[in-house]
This record gives sequence, C-alpha cells and structure tokens, in this order.
Amino acid sequence: MKFSEQWLREWVNPAITTQQLANQLTMAGLEVEAVERVAAEFSQVVIGVVKHIEKHPDADKLKVCSVDTGNGQVLQIVCGASNVVKGGKYPVALVGAVLPNDLKIKKSKLRGVESSGMMCSAKELGMLEQAEGLLTLPEDAPVGETLVNYLQLNDVSIELSLTPNRGDCLSVAGVAREVAVLNKICVTPVHADPVAPRCDDTFPVDITAQQECPRYLGRVIKNIDPTRTTPLWMQERLRRSGLRSISPVVDVTNYVLLELGQPMHAFDLDKLSGGIIVRLAKKGEAITLLDGQSIKLIEGTLVIADQKRPVALAGIMGGEESAVSGTTRTIFLESAFFAPECIAGRARGYGLHTDSSHRFERGVDPALQERAIERATALLFEIVGGEPGPVISKQIKEYVPQRKPVLLRHERLKKVLGANLDASIVDDILFRLELQHVEQEHGWTVTAPSFRFDVESEEDLIEEVARIYGYANIPAARTQAPSVMLPVTESGVTVQRIQNTLIDRGYQEAITYSFVDPKIQSHLYSSNGAVTLANPISADMSEMRTTLWPGLISAIIHNLNRQQSTIKLFETGLRFIRMGNDLQQEPMIAGAITGSALPIQWGKENRNIDFFDMKSDVESIVALTGNTDAFMFVPDKHPALHPGQTAKIVRHTQLNQKDADNRSVDFEEIGWLGAIHPAVGKKLDVDQPIYVFEIKLAAVTQRIIPRFEEIPKFPSIKRDLAIVVDEGISAQAVSDCIRRASTAMLTNLKLFDVYQGKGIDSGRKSLAFSLTLQDRDRTLTDQDVDVAMKEILSTLNRELGATLRT
Amino acid sequence: MSDALEQLVSNAESAIQNAQDLKALDDLRVAYLGKKGEITQRMQTLGTLAPEERKEAGKYINLAKQSIQTAIEARKSTLDLADLDAKLAAEAIDVTLPGRGQSNGGLHPVTLTLQRIEKLFSQLGFEIAEGPEIEDDYHNFEALNIPESHPARAMHDTFYFDDHLLLRTHTSPVQIRVMKNKQPPLRVIAPGRVYRCDSDLTHTPMFHQVEGFMVDEDVSFAQLKGILDEFLRNFFERDLAVRFRPSYFPFTEPSAEADIQCVMCNGAGCRVCSHTGWIEVLGCGMVHPNVFRHVGVDSEKYTGFAFGMGAERLAMLRYGVNDLRLFFENDLRFLQQFN
Ligand SMILES: [Zn+2]
Repeated sequence: MKFSEQWLREWVNPAITTQQLANQLTMAGLEVEAVERVAAEFSQVVIGVVKHIEKHPDADKLKVCSVDTGNGQVLQIVCGASNVVKGGKYPVALVGAVLPNDLKIKKSKLRGVESSGMMCSAKELGMLEQAEGLLTLPEDAPVGETLVNYLQLNDVSIELSLTPNRGDCLSVAGVAREVAVLNKICVTPVHADPVAPRCDDTFPVDITAQQECPRYLGRVIKNIDPTRTTPLWMQERLRRSGLRSISPVVDVTNYVLLELGQPMHAFDLDKLSGGIIVRLAKKGEAITLLDGQSIKLIEGTLVIADQKRPVALAGIMGGEESAVSGTTRTIFLESAFFAPECIAGRARGYGLHTDSSHRFERGVDPALQERAIERATALLFEIVGGEPGPVISKQIKEYVPQRKPVLLRHERLKKVLGANLDASIVDDILFRLELQHVEQEHGWTVTAPSFRFDVESEEDLIEEVARIYGYANIPAARTQAPSVMLPVTESGVTVQRIQNTLIDRGYQEAITYSFVDPKIQSHLYSSNGAVTLANPISADMSEMRTTLWPGLISAIIHNLNRQQSTIKLFETGLRFIRMGNDLQQEPMIAGAITGSALPIQWGKENRNIDFFDMKSDVESIVALTGNTDAFMFVPDKHPALHPGQTAKIVRHTQLNQKDADNRSVDFEEIGWLGAIHPAVGKKLDVDQPIYVFEIKLAAVTQRIIPRFEEIPKFPSIKRDLAIVVDEGISAQAVSDCIRRASTAMLTNLKLFDVYQGKGIDSGRKSLAFSLTLQDRDRTLTDQDVDVAMKEILSTLNRELGATLRT
Repeated sequence: MSDALEQLVSNAESAIQNAQDLKALDDLRVAYLGKKGEITQRMQTLGTLAPEERKEAGKYINLAKQSIQTAIEARKSTLDLADLDAKLAAEAIDVTLPGRGQSNGGLHPVTLTLQRIEKLFSQLGFEIAEGPEIEDDYHNFEALNIPESHPARAMHDTFYFDDHLLLRTHTSPVQIRVMKNKQPPLRVIAPGRVYRCDSDLTHTPMFHQVEGFMVDEDVSFAQLKGILDEFLRNFFERDLAVRFRPSYFPFTEPSAEADIQCVMCNGAGCRVCSHTGWIEVLGCGMVHPNVFRHVGVDSEKYTGFAFGMGAERLAMLRYGVNDLRLFFENDLRFLQQFN
C-alpha cells in the first residue's frame, strides 16, 4: 500500500512531522517500508506557455520555441521534444535552475541558436522513471507559477508493508482511520453524496453464487465523453501511489480503490449481452483477461458472466472483450462484495495477483459498495460527463458477513499480556477503534465494525488493545530458570563432541544445500529412493541429497578451483531416502579430504593425503563411543569408490559382543570410507584423489559409561612378532587370529610395520606386531610367554599360512 | 721445599693452565701423578733418604702433589664448562621457526551462532528439540493456523514434493510435534534448516532458524519481552536497545517483531539498517489458542509464547558478514575466519 502523505492529510491531519507519522505507523503494526519524495529536488522551474514554434535552421529534430514564463518574460528555448505544440503549457527550468543530478541550466547555444532555459519531462524532474516527451500541463495552469507549488510537490509517498490481517488499511481512508485512533483525533471523510440518476437505464443483475457474492451493485452511465483525459491532480495521486494513468474510467476505478479500498470494475455495456450473472465457472469455460492472457477456468471459480460467456474473473481481473476502450460511450460500473474465502488462493492458483484480488482475499468492507459507487459516479461525472442511471443493488442478506459479539475478559487480558490495564484505558481504546462494546461483570462484550475482518476472537481483541496501548508500554518481566535439575546423560556422545574431534584434526565444517544436482548425485549414489522437488529453484538444485557427498565434493571442487592445497571438510545433516512408503530422514556425518596430508611446513617431507589419514579420523570418532571393538572396517565395493580402497564400516548390533566368529552375521552397515573412484572423479572434473567417509550419526552417538578395572599388579611382557603371509590376507584377519590364538591375556596388540619388497617373496608381505601379554594373578615368566608365542605362531601358520620372518 | 720441586710445581701449574682440552690435561696428570709420573718417582726416591730428611721431603712432595692435583681439578672444571658451553652452542635452534604438525579447523559460523543461542537459552532450562525437514502440510501450515487458502501461505514460497509433502518453511512445526507428545510446562528451543523457494542477493533457498517456545500456566507477553530482551543483549554482548512492534503471524496472537538498535551504526542510521537505526531480528508472539486446540492443550489453563529467528541474519550482524550467500559457498577463505 503506497499513498501520498498530502492525500492522507486531507483525511486526517495530526500535528506531527512526516518522520513522526512514519514511526507511529510502524510502531502500530503498519510497517513503513519506504518514505520517498514524490519528485526530485529542483529549483526555478515555472509553468510556461509556448507562443511560437519555428524550425531550427540546422537541425531537423530541434524546434525553436518562444515561451512565455509570466511577468511579461518571453524566452527563446530550443527544444527537441516531439510533443511540444503551440499554446501548450509545460514546466520550464529557467536559467539558473538546478535540476536533479546537479544539472545546472545555463544560457547556451544549440547548433548555433541561443536557448535560455529548458522545457522538462517528468523524468527530468525525478517524478517518473521513464517518460516520453514534455510533461504536459492543463490549459488552466497558471503561467509563471512554480511547478512545485502548482503540483504540490512538497509531498512524500509512504509505502506500507501490511500484514495479511490488515486488509482494512489498504486504502487512504483505512490508514486515516488508524492515524486518527493513534492520535486521538477525528477523520474528515471526503464527501460522496449520492449522484441523482439522469436517465432510467438499468441492466439486469442476477446472482446465482449467493454465498460467494452476497452483494452486487451496478450502475449504467451512458453518453460519456471518451475524448476527455484524466485531470492532472488525479494522475498525480495515482502516480504517487505507484499507479499509471490509463484512461479516465479506469483511473477513476483505481482512484476509488485507493481512496476507499473498494475494488471496482467498469464494463463497456455495448459489449455485454443480456445481463450480468454472478456465478461459478463451468467445466471447459475460458476467458481472455485484460492483460491479454487466455486462461482455462477451473470449475467453481467465481466469475461475472453475461448471457453468453464469462466476462470477468470476479474480484481478480476483467476480461478483454468487455473492457472499456477509447471509443466506449456507455459503461456498466460494478461495485461488489466477494467473500474472502472464495477469492483467497484463487488468483495465486491462476498465477495472478492484482490490487483487486489482494484486497478481496483480505476482506473488503461489506458495507462500502454503495459509497464507492456513488464516489466513482461523481468523479466520472466530473471528468467524462454522461448520464448515470439509478444504482442497481442485489443483496443476499444472510450471506453478508455479520460481526459476532465477542467477550473480552479483563482477567484474560491481564493473563496474556502480563500487565494490568485499567478498565478505563481498555474502554477508551475500544471506543477509538470503533469496536462497539458493552461493559459486563468481568469485561466487555465487543462487536467489531464491518471493515475489521481480523477481529473475531478474544485474542484478536487482546492484540488490538495491546497494539494501541503500545507494546513499549507493557513492562518486560523476568523469567526464572526452573528450580529442577535437568538430567545430563553420559551415555551419549554429543554431536558437538564429534565435531570438535574433527576440528582438532584439521577439518573445517561445511554447510551445503540439502538439494543437489541429480547429475552429480547419480555419480555418488546409484540406488533408488531419491526424492525430487516439484518446484525447484533450478534443475541443479532439484533432488534431495541421499548422501552428504555431493555437497561436500562440490565444496572441494570450489576450493580446488581457488588453489587450496589442503582441503578437509565435514558436514552433519540429514540425508533423504524413500524406502517404499517410508521416507527416511537420517542424520549423517560425512567428510571429504584431498591434497597434502599436512599444511605446508618446514623440516618434514610432505606427502599427499591417503586412505589411512581419513581412516584415522574415522577411528577417532569411533573411539568416542568407548567401544572401538564393536566397529569394523570391511573391504567392500561401492559404485562411487575406488574398488581397491573401499571399506564398509560396520558395527556390532549388540554392544560388547565378544564372539568374533559371528561377526559377519550380526554386524550392521553404518557407513562407508574410501577413495572416490577415479572414473567418478573424471566425470566431476577432478584429477586428484579425494577421500570420503559417511557414517550414520546414530551409530556413534552412544557411548559406554566407563567401568573401572583394577590396574594389574604384575608387570606385563612385550614381544614383537614379524610374520610373512600372502599379500591377499588382511591385517584384520591376522590380528583376529592372534587374538584368538593367544593363551595368555593379550592386553595390547599393535601392528607397527608392513613391508613388501626385497627379502620377501613376491606375492607375500611381512607384518610386524607388538604384543603385550599380562597375567592378573602373577608375573609371567619368559617360558609362559614363549609358550603363548609359539601357539600364536603355529595357529597363524595353520590358518593363514604365515611363516616367521627371518 | 727444594728449588727443584718448586720449579716442578710451577712448571706443572703453568702446563695445566695451558692444557686446551681434557685429553691434554689427562696427559699432564699422567706425566706428574701417574705411576711413572714425576711426583710419583720422587715419592719412590724418598726411601733413599735418611729418615729425618725423609719426613721433611715427604711433606714437601705431598704438598707439591696436592698443588698439582688442585690445579688439575680446577682446570678440569673450567674445561668441562667450556665443553658444555660448546655443546649447548652447537645445539642452539632458531626458536622463531614455526611449530610443525596439523593445524586446527573450525566450526561453520552458522553452527557457532546456533550453539551460542542454545547455550544462552539452556541456562533458563530450555531443552533442544528437532524435527524432520521434509514435513507435511499439516504440521507446517494447518496445525499452525494457516489453512489452505490463507494469504500468509503466499508469503512462504514453499518447496513441494507433492500435494502433501513439502520442505518445512520454518521450524515452527517442531512446536506442534513437541506439544503433541508432552504436556506443559514446556521450554523448548528448536534449531534447524528451513527452506523457501527464493534465491537472490538477500535470500538463499535454505537457511537456519531457531524456534523457541515456553508454555506454562501463566506465561505472558511481558515475559516474552523480558526473555528476548535479555537474550538479544547477551547474544550481542552489548547493552543495546530492543523494541517490539505489532506484527502478524497466524500461529501467534498478539504477535510482534523485535528490532534491535543497529549494531553497525549504533542507531545513527546506515546502509545495513536502511537508515532507520533499527534492524529486525525476530518474530514472536503468544501461542494462538487455535494452535493449542490442534495439539490438545487447554488454552484456558495454559498460555505460551513462541519466537523464531534467522541464524544467518544473527551471524551476519554478530560477525559483520555482508553477503548471505557466503554461508553456503564453503570457501575455506571464509570458513577459516571463524576458527
Ligand atoms: Zn545502521
């Protein structure tokens, strides 16, 4: 809602500045979005009349004009505008005038002809963004008068950003009403005396959609003068409200819409056949709208029709065929009330949003139609003359909205606001808001006026009282912390703790969009179940991520393109997979790393990040659970990952399960770790290895609460064991075997060397372990340990073909 | 003492003094005090002297021996010290060389902001709740008093999957989910991702919101003002002015928007605050009775407030970030500024 301050002040004129007025509106919930001058600042621009026009001797497009600017002064001005005519009145910037953009008007020569001043367009005066030709002033404009005075340009346009509940403020009259309430003054409404009919012409109106349209007023006006133009004052008001002047009839309906808030429509009566029928659209009907677009009507849409076809989308937009044109002599004016419920969402459904639908869906005052049609008739009569007929009025009383009385309890007001307002204050506020009220034992029975669609419950009334009382005047109250101690669970690992682990290992947290490019995702996730948006921003943001990798890898690429040498990113968030009827939204943690293992530094040979760097990061997350043994990295295949560098991460479903033999049965997949498949990398335009992991967050957010175990009293014994096995045998298989075979208590087992090459047969590899053996009840002897080591070695030999490395 | 002995001691002392290293010094010790050393030899000649002379001479030789020994020890400790000094000097390093190893990473500024908000509210007993991001129409709109044809729906620019499923446009549906499962008193904070079908200089199609609400027997608008006032001052660690102005949300009434005094210009007016001196930071209000009705909470007995704020907006103001889109580019040069 945008309007001129002058216009508003014609209705209500509190003794406050523009700035104060704007602040007052904002603080009352009518947020002022902008306050703009209606014209740029300029000086010495007066009204002049062109006395003479001659051709410029040396330029085809220029004219040499004699312009009378009052006080007997006649100036010679060279002008290039095509619309300049003899006898026309235009704004003239005199020599010495300063126009917007610091344009100083000086005496000058244009192609050798002297020019003393400049005739201006609306654009040159900062009144419009675009304008063709000079600003043409009315015939009765006083020559010599300054333009600022004549057009009252010391004015601002105030733009309100109104919330959807305040449809009643979508007019100058409505804002005026509010300003009056806030300043405790009265509104001076503009008179709209009924215009007496000058002919008997009427037009049949029939309402079949009675609930949707309980009131419909119409009026025939014949013999209007289509050659007339809209008066400048009205054009100016429309312009200051952000509307273009189109034709007198359209301008008047727009003017009434702005002034009173009643959307109106004018039909060319000669193009209507038989009569008006307000009805619901039938299947298969179509209409071409004023804006030229043809639409198929959805069955049930409220339309204005004549005997033959729909002629307007009720409350949204008129039809092209029945529109008023430059030759229209007889019009049919419409001023109706359409129920908000039947307009709401409709315009949006057709991809339309008009000033009319904006108001109807928020609620137009159902008592306004008469006043509006009289006001429009009066204005039209003034501008285009004609003979108005009598007002045709159809009304279905039981469907006209009635405001129901609502009880406002003083106690409730106090409870909700936390402030005790005196009854007299409440009483005064209700009175000023035109909320009819009767005092009751515990409060008031309140009935809202017809224009307040948003006041229908006790809460609505509480809000109104608080709003006018001023939110600032309600004292702030403290909230105490509850005196109950909240539980702190220790059996959980917080996401923050996991994040911190990665941060301390050099990772940077990323946040990427949850919708990704399906093309990129298809390289990283090949199963079904991706969910697609019906209305994405763009195709490359149309699919919900089924893994966090697409976002992370895109972020890696972004940073590689910016010459970053080490990139380590992680993200937490949901992945979305549809499994049949079940839509899984599962929290994940994922990482992606590439580049050098360490930041560039001295004294250490740098190397590239490899699989085991990332594995160590994942292991450190797993370690937070206090239950590392439950997790395993199993060689596996994943379509996005390097076939030789992929581990499926699995977890034992029963924590603390010791029976290693059953692992393959009881383990649940919780994630993946590996190098991006080089072929996938190539498709994504990356030629260096990227390592990624992704784990279900739920699998690592449970921890075991530590149980103290007695520290062994007897010394432990360390032994190293270097064996040679076939290269296909995994380290895991060897260490599992060692654990199983150990006859003494093995408290620690660490792999410390892997070797292939000189001294080892090809196809074989050497693995070296450090074993720590311990007995709780006595000191182990060398002999005990020898026996244990011998048993381990022979088991390794038997089961895995291992030999001692010599 | 004989002149010869004195001469010997004097020679020895000067030789010891001139010994340049421990080896030379040891050679001298052997030369004088060793088995065949000069002093030792003289000791052995004592036997040839007369007993009365022997005592006297023995005393002098011993004195000479002691003098030489003392000189050797003194010299040795000097040489030891020099040796150590030399060793330490050789081990000196350039301590200004940078340390080695992994450098730290850091959290995303939006996460830092969310954690900060959570921490502040948890002091007042607010607990964290989460909800799904793919929501249904009921939780995102219907139960929040935004029926199908409501004009407020147009303001939400919703991403849809089908007629029924959508990406939540706010974290308010968590309110519904929590209240359906738990009876008041409730103090809950719900941070998370939200989505709007809008993308330009000042809008990203995904952003983060924190919804908070408190429901109890006597929760009032005055309390809402108090708690948010306190929160905003604590969040910015500044004693800044906060103002509440009437607004409209279908799920709260009375509704308000809270503005803070512009943190960039301290209220004087600048580009960030559109020269008003104020910046809108959150929306809030008293839980609408219709919402309570949907979740089966007695709105006569209980009242509650709810508020929602954008984490990116708060992060921008807190850290002075001037471009919203930076948050989702994940450029290391941006992210590392918050480490
Ligand atoms: Zn500012």
